[in-house]
Amino acid sequence: MALLQIAEPGQSAVPHKHRLAVGIDLGTTNSLVATVRNGIAVCLTDEQGRALLPSVVHYRDGGGISLGFDALGARVSDPRNTIVSVKRFMGRGLGDVAHTESIPYIFEEMPGMLRLRTVQGSKSPVEISADLLRVLRQRAEASLGGELTGAVVTVPAYFDEAQRQATRDAARLAGLHVLRLLNEPTAAAVAYGLDNASEGVYAVFDLGGGTFDLSILKLTHGVFEVLATNGDTALGGDDFDHRLYCWALDNAHIAPLSVEDARRLLMAARAVKELLTISEEAPFHLRLGSGEEVDLTVTRAAFFEMTRPLVQKTLIPVKRALRDAGLSPKDVKGIVMVGGATRMPHIQRAVAEFFGQEPLTNLDPDRVVALGAAMQANALAGNRREDEGWLLLDVIPLSLGLETMGGLSEKIITRNATLPVARAQEFTTFKDGQTAMSFHVVQGERELVSDCRSLARFELRGIPPMAAGAARIRVTFQVDADGLLSVSARETSTGVEASIHVKPSYGLTDDEIAGMLRDGLEYADGDLASRALREQQVEAERLLEACAQALSADGDLLDETELSAINALIARLREIIGGHDASALSDGIAALSRATEDFAARRMNRSLRDAFAGRSIDEL
Amino acid sequence: MSVILTERAAQHISHFIDKRGKGFGVRLGIKTSGCSGMAYKLEFVDQALDGDLVFDSHGVKVVIDQKSHVYLDGTELDYVREGLNEGFKFNNPNARSQCGCGESFSV
Repeated sequence: MALLQIAEPGQSAVPHKHRLAVGIDLGTTNSLVATVRNGIAVCLTDEQGRALLPSVVHYRDGGGISLGFDALGARVSDPRNTIVSVKRFMGRGLGDVAHTESIPYIFEEMPGMLRLRTVQGSKSPVEISADLLRVLRQRAEASLGGELTGAVVTVPAYFDEAQRQATRDAARLAGLHVLRLLNEPTAAAVAYGLDNASEGVYAVFDLGGGTFDLSILKLTHGVFEVLATNGDTALGGDDFDHRLYCWALDNAHIAPLSVEDARRLLMAARAVKELLTISEEAPFHLRLGSGEEVDLTVTRAAFFEMTRPLVQKTLIPVKRALRDAGLSPKDVKGIVMVGGATRMPHIQRAVAEFFGQEPLTNLDPDRVVALGAAMQANALAGNRREDEGWLLLDVIPLSLGLETMGGLSEKIITRNATLPVARAQEFTTFKDGQTAMSFHVVQGERELVSDCRSLARFELRGIPPMAAGAARIRVTFQVDADGLLSVSARETSTGVEASIHVKPSYGLTDDEIAGMLRDGLEYADGDLASRALREQQVEAERLLEACAQALSADGDLLDETELSAINALIARLREIIGGHDASALSDGIAALSRATEDFAARRMNRSLRDAFAGRSIDEL
Repeated sequence: MSVILTERAAQHISHFIDKRGKGFGVRLGIKTSGCSGMAYKLEFVDQALDGDLVFDSHGVKVVIDQKSHVYLDGTELDYVREGLNEGFKFNNPNARSQCGCGESFSV
């Protein structure tokens, strides 16, 4: 017997046609599933009434899987087969993961993405995430009494193409139809923005378990646009636990711990941290497996003091994102707090002081992302009226471009362009008679390809032979609403085409993205200089190539002196081409061009004469 | 005769209207569709229309158009929980049969 929900006026669904859609926050520490019911977004709970599903999967010896709360205990008893924070491995290669030596898993390097060896065999992060998503799907289907039409799954704004693709694959593997991948801060803004329907610039301050993301969003006429994103991937609530843990080690004077004791002490630290959010003082008490005892008391003031540097660290990406968006703190109309760690009073105070106003905390920071995703899913599944529809714009975290001659990166779609986006640019051939072109898609802010991240390569073949610069190849970059990139190249006269969907073998780590952004700003001047140099080098190469060809074809047009003068200039240019002096290079190019002007004119005459030879005026 | 809400249903409806931020009450109705001929309609009401019948049940306004009332007279609307699922359920004495899922019925 289906149970009914109250619909908006005029919105009653035809029987069996109500489309069940959910929003899923697939988190590093915890995951949630939410839906819109009776017009309100709510998180769906399990049989015990718990909304959070700890993102922990335990592969049991002898078969079977425990998940969520049931798997928590196994973190201590069977760390190797109990996978926590699998999100950090999504779409990553072994080289992308820092401190593998301190992680208790057995990693296997595979092309594209690492795998984890468990007692139940080798598991990819996609499979492990799918196990979590499957539980959420089953919970949703049991709660909603039917099969799901689709789901919106959230990802960090910083996730690159590989990580998004991995997330999408995991959802598909779990039997979910992904309506859209949605950036977490955008989802949080949806949850707040729509409820409060207030326009303006907002900052989303998302301090999760292990990562910190700051996004600047603009809400106008019901349209959400992400103006800028920034963050720190090595900063989260766990670091606050770790500070307390270190403090306890120091103050309790205990010897180095076993793996189990370290984990126990860390869990105790977390409990103390949570208690300090609501009380002024917390006991830190624990009996270790070694027989030693920790018996301390932590005051809120002491905790604030020891974690002050961490709080200060959160403000760095805040400042950077504001600078990227060209805004100052006073332009921000509201701050949305996301992530359990934002419950800490001193975080809220630091944010309030920085922006000069109290942050928004009236929605549960652990749930706000899932709630926003549910609202988006509801809209995408078609359960809202057309005229209520709203657009959702996201941005590209790093510029996307192509490698051009000389190892330069030509940016086609610049950073912070709103999604979905398509941009096209025309390129041409470099050599006479060139029939193929190789494309190298790169991501990053730097001018030289070697400083950017390589995403993909493909080739366009079958270009009709033409003089250098005559072919017109239109390259289109398209990024869909999920942030997935496809690049196509088309030769305009013949229509030959080649394209690629970017599913890069490796993703960028968030650290790398943050680092690349920083470098892009720091090296801007140097980059411009090296760009100028490389452009001169390419120009010099082109000129040398043209001269060599001309001399071999029509060298007989020159007398001895002319030839030796030109050859001398060519030799001189070849000498300095590998150097670092852009202006000398530019002088050399100019000199050679001048010296060959007359030669070029004579060649032109000869080719005209050849063309007209033996033909009457009438024929022409 | 009329249509009534159980106390539990009334509480949930008031709560949903509060959360929604506006609303005059709840509209019950029938539509001629579905596998068994007719389907229930359950919607928020911002404004009652001409010819609507309005009942008060546990402090909640229940709005029904006259045509639907013929098929709904004597109905009790309940809010029930079945496993993880929860929602509204029509107990309609007029319904002679309903489809397996209960979303659709005939008289």
